[in-house]
Amino acid sequence: MARPAATVTEATATRAETPKPELGPVFKRAAAPADYLDQRLGVAKLSRPFIRKVFPDHWSFLLGEIALYSFVVLLLTGVFLTIWYKPSMAEVEYEGTYQLLHGLSMSQSYESTLHLSFDIRGGLLVRQIHHWAAMLFLAAMLAHSLRVFFTGAFRKPRELNWLLGVALIATGLIEGFAGYSLPDDLLSGTGLRFVDGLIRSIPLIGTWAEFFVFGGEFPGDIIVARLYMVHILLLPAIILGLIAAHLALVVYLKHTQFPGPGRNETNVVGYPVFPVYMAKAGGFFFIVFGVLVLMGGLMQINPVWTYGPYNPAQVTAGSQPDWYMGFVEGAIRIMPNWESHIGGTTWSWNVAIPGLGTMGLFFGVMALYPFIEAWVTKDKAEHHILERPRNNPTRTAFGIAAMTWYGMLWIGGGNDLVATQFHVSLNAVTYILRVAVFAAPVLAFIITKRICIGLQRSDEERLLHGAETGIIERDPSGAYTERHNPISQGEAYTLTQHREYAALMPAEADDDLSDGQLRRENLRRRASRFYFIDTLRKPTRAELEAAAHHGDDHDSIGDGHDGNGHNGHNGNGNGHHSIEAGRGAEGAGAVPSQTQ
Amino acid sequence: MAFLAARRRHPAARVLLLLIALFVMGALSTLLAPSQQSSADTGTSQQVTEGKALFTVQCSSCHGLNGEGQTTAVIQGPPLAGVGAASVEFQVGTGRMPMSQQGVAQAPVHPVRFSPEEIAALAAYVATLGPGPAIPSPEEYDTSGVSEEDIARGGELFRTNCSACHNFEGAGGALPGGKYAPSLLQTSNLHIYEAMVTGPQQMPVFNDDVLRPEDKKAIIAYLNDLHSRPNQGGLNLGGLGPVSEGLWAWIIGIGGLIIFAIWIAAKGVKAK
Amino acid sequence: MSELERSASAGDGHATGTGTEVDLHPEPQYPVNDPGHPEHLPRLTDVDEKAADRATRQVATMFGIVPVLAIGFAVTYFAVPETAYIDFGFLHVGLQHTLLGVTAGLALLLIGIGAVQWARQLMDDHEMVDYRHSAASDRDDREYVVTELQKGTEESKITRRKVLGRSLAGALVAMGIPLVVSFADLGPWPTKRRRAATIETTIWAEGVRLVNDITYVPIKASDLEIGQLVNGQPENLKDLEGTELLQAKAKSSIIVVRMNPNTIQIPASRQDWQVGGILCYSKICTHVGCPISLWEQQTHHLLCPCHQSTFDLGNSGLVVFGPAARALPQLPITVDNEGYLVARSGFTVPVGPSYFERDSRNDFKEGDN
Repeated sequence: MARPAATVTEATATRAETPKPELGPVFKRAAAPADYLDQRLGVAKLSRPFIRKVFPDHWSFLLGEIALYSFVVLLLTGVFLTIWYKPSMAEVEYEGTYQLLHGLSMSQSYESTLHLSFDIRGGLLVRQIHHWAAMLFLAAMLAHSLRVFFTGAFRKPRELNWLLGVALIATGLIEGFAGYSLPDDLLSGTGLRFVDGLIRSIPLIGTWAEFFVFGGEFPGDIIVARLYMVHILLLPAIILGLIAAHLALVVYLKHTQFPGPGRNETNVVGYPVFPVYMAKAGGFFFIVFGVLVLMGGLMQINPVWTYGPYNPAQVTAGSQPDWYMGFVEGAIRIMPNWESHIGGTTWSWNVAIPGLGTMGLFFGVMALYPFIEAWVTKDKAEHHILERPRNNPTRTAFGIAAMTWYGMLWIGGGNDLVATQFHVSLNAVTYILRVAVFAAPVLAFIITKRICIGLQRSDEERLLHGAETGIIERDPSGAYTERHNPISQGEAYTLTQHREYAALMPAEADDDLSDGQLRRENLRRRASRFYFIDTLRKPTRAELEAAAHHGDDHDSIGDGHDGNGHNGHNGNGNGHHSIEAGRGAEGAGAVPSQTQ
Repeated sequence: MAFLAARRRHPAARVLLLLIALFVMGALSTLLAPSQQSSADTGTSQQVTEGKALFTVQCSSCHGLNGEGQTTAVIQGPPLAGVGAASVEFQVGTGRMPMSQQGVAQAPVHPVRFSPEEIAALAAYVATLGPGPAIPSPEEYDTSGVSEEDIARGGELFRTNCSACHNFEGAGGALPGGKYAPSLLQTSNLHIYEAMVTGPQQMPVFNDDVLRPEDKKAIIAYLNDLHSRPNQGGLNLGGLGPVSEGLWAWIIGIGGLIIFAIWIAAKGVKAK
Repeated sequence: MSELERSASAGDGHATGTGTEVDLHPEPQYPVNDPGHPEHLPRLTDVDEKAADRATRQVATMFGIVPVLAIGFAVTYFAVPETAYIDFGFLHVGLQHTLLGVTAGLALLLIGIGAVQWARQLMDDHEMVDYRHSAASDRDDREYVVTELQKGTEESKITRRKVLGRSLAGALVAMGIPLVVSFADLGPWPTKRRRAATIETTIWAEGVRLVNDITYVPIKASDLEIGQLVNGQPENLKDLEGTELLQAKAKSSIIVVRMNPNTIQIPASRQDWQVGGILCYSKICTHVGCPISLWEQQTHHLLCPCHQSTFDLGNSGLVVFGPAARALPQLPITVDNEGYLVARSGFTVPVGPSYFERDSRNDFKEGDN
């Protein structure tokens, strides 16, 4: 059916349009419903910014997704479980299928868990998927937060998103604890007994908090129901809100990206949401779900029927909480038995300090770190390019030290299993850990920092001298040299794209600053020296060009280019320093003492 | 005949003759000696004699020639008066004794060195050193007739008395100073009973007057049933509880998913 | 800004700008120029039609297996009995449960792997570039908001009539009181009297017999051998049930041990708390309340499995290792005229974990007699 050509006016002539692609059959059929929705919801307006939104691609960016998808699985399997679980501590006699508990008295919550596990087909599968998903949820959040930490993605403008993440981990921890206490079996009941003792030990308010939480003396008849409310209503709502805010910020600020050719602070390079990202992320959801279902089917977790119902006179050797509470458990185990009896009062430092202090310290330091680093660097710029961990050795070393501290406490939490599995003395493990929890992080800090600086030096090697080819040449005079290939400009750009921070010399008195302000500023400068004085400076453009020319007429031994350490460049063998000894004026941002 | 006679002064002749004589005497004594009657309680005097002989060779260096014990010498062993036949059957029957190494935190299990008759003989001998628990009779540890209710009660008794050391599945647990409560997963009914009655090493005594034989039987029946059942939920990951569960969550869960993530984001093979 | 502050931020290489543009990087910071986006290299499936077909077949096959697995799940659910087991090698597992997990899990996994393979091999893999905007709002928005807020505030008259705002704030803060007060019945108030009736007392009393836990068989002193351990309860526990039973048990559980009197230290004040080397202690750990029955016959040490507090029962329950701070409370016992063990009285100190109002001066300490 012919149509008259559209009239070309001034306006239409200057608007260059690419011809629209022919609409396929699916689009044609969807046209009417889409129009219906658009006329009521403005669907096109809403989805325009998102349809082809670009997300960068790196495997470490999927760690947060593991956490998100695990949470979705938790919600789905959780709803299934609530259909059968009864959150009541009323006493019943067991008459179900699992004969080994036949006739025993137990709470209804335990009985309904057994019923779900043995008499509902697929019930045990869903229960186990739920528990494995909880373990993965917390593990993925920690792994994701480590990635964010080590790449500096918490810097401006993402500090608030970091705080949301810390809140998510903390809430997730409590949520998991509430969840595994619901079956009221021997192991989790023992855990509740521990929490009862912990709450009780808080100075001044302990008994009040204990009676308020348990509705009276331990165990009371209401704690399971209260934990149920917390677990299915209060905390999931909070977590959902936090996740929504967290993701909204990621969408608004756009995801960070690793340095590379074609990438800079003003763009994002990657694949569009539709179709590539939808397929990759959506596919990953199914992969996470599939792995969780396989784990639920093949790996037994929390066999409550073997633990038996909770009985305050029973306990099992090897009583531990789920892994994410392990660090608190370790702190409680290795703490020395300090308690003060002052008059008629008892101050239980041995319980309150590790019980509450460990979590306070962990989450507190985690939450504060971006602000501490921002204070040290006085960095007010936005950052969208990630730092490779080696380029910020002190931060990386702090991170590894924190992981080591956490790891020591983790080992402490399982000290009796360490003793039996490795045939060592339980007491020796405890004594060693009391020291190691302080000493090992310091050691880890030192070692990590040196490793990072070593990696920076190898990067500098590549920049200035190119990549090692392994081809040895011998010249007529008999000298051996290794041939180096210059690296691509893309790689060179990647290696030099990171931001350098200044290690500042102390400031001198200034009319504009009060004494207090000057002291604070000098403290900050001291911190910046601690942070950045060992970091290698990037080679300048001139140095790179000089090295390139040098490489052209490269050869014999004796001119110092034996490939390791540039001994000719400065005094301490560290490569390029951010501050040269004695010269305050050089280097990126070092304050010269004379310009006041 | 002429063959042998011609070599009657051969240097080997004397040795050979001696060997033949020994063989003949041994054969005769075996054929002509009366058969043994083994008794669980007191043992025949034959058993006791054999036991004493074995004891002298295998045990006296640590426990003293008359089982009086040595607590001051370099090599130490407790006195055995009053430990009873059950102790011997347990210690030697599980391979804990003879203890190969001094100075370790506790005697580990190794392969059993003696035959059942030898163990019975040793037990019979040690029983004569002083009254002590006898080896339990098979009816006491045969759990075939135990009712479902009693098995459940046995589970309660197990979790009240035993799981604090041996763990909820009987997989074992830690004690101070490098000692440990061993795993019960491969232990026979007889040995479990004997351990309760005799209180080996650091294990307390649970004698029959307080933890009655029917209670012990219920506990053993519970363990038998528990260990014979397949794991309802899948691989049991060691039966060590949340620590191993957490370890596998990280290794298989996070580790496996990271491998998938690396695949998803990988650049892939290019055509050129 | 003083010279100090200005120079301190110098060299950070960023134009401080107006906040509307994202900071650009000047030359010294980036010694190597950006070579630009690398050239797109085609995948095999981009150039070779057969490879693309192969990839398509792979993805379609993976998706195609999923319905089979889904049906397999349903068949397993209805046809496989719950009592069936697999006994193969190290696999001793329930058959129905494992099959349900494997079918559903593989099905989900294949959907995911198929989708990812589709994206990686067949979907267009040209990278796109999007541009960032500064996180801060642009100047117009900020000015507008500030101006309109100012206008609105003036229109509300709150700045002129300050009492409006202050009284409203006071009113809202005051509503916090009903909110907080509404939670005051969360639990009974642990007043001194209530504490004395609950956490500071147990059902032990003079004359109550010691019995075995679970079986309630009374314990005769002469039945106990040296090295024996009994997990016990008071006889009157039998009368309780439900929550009351658990609450009582969490404090009344005891262990009875018999040791050779020559090998232990019995202080003068506790000579009549024991019967010929038979001693009775609370089973509830003084650290955070786990029940302890891990007793070493020869060392007389009692180890709590929760946090490894160790008590010496041959020395009035004093702590020898671990995080517990107080000795294990001892129950004074004697024998009745039939030879059964009975309590002389209740515990002389509150059992279980510490709390702030606990008067711990009466607990047995190192050096006490």
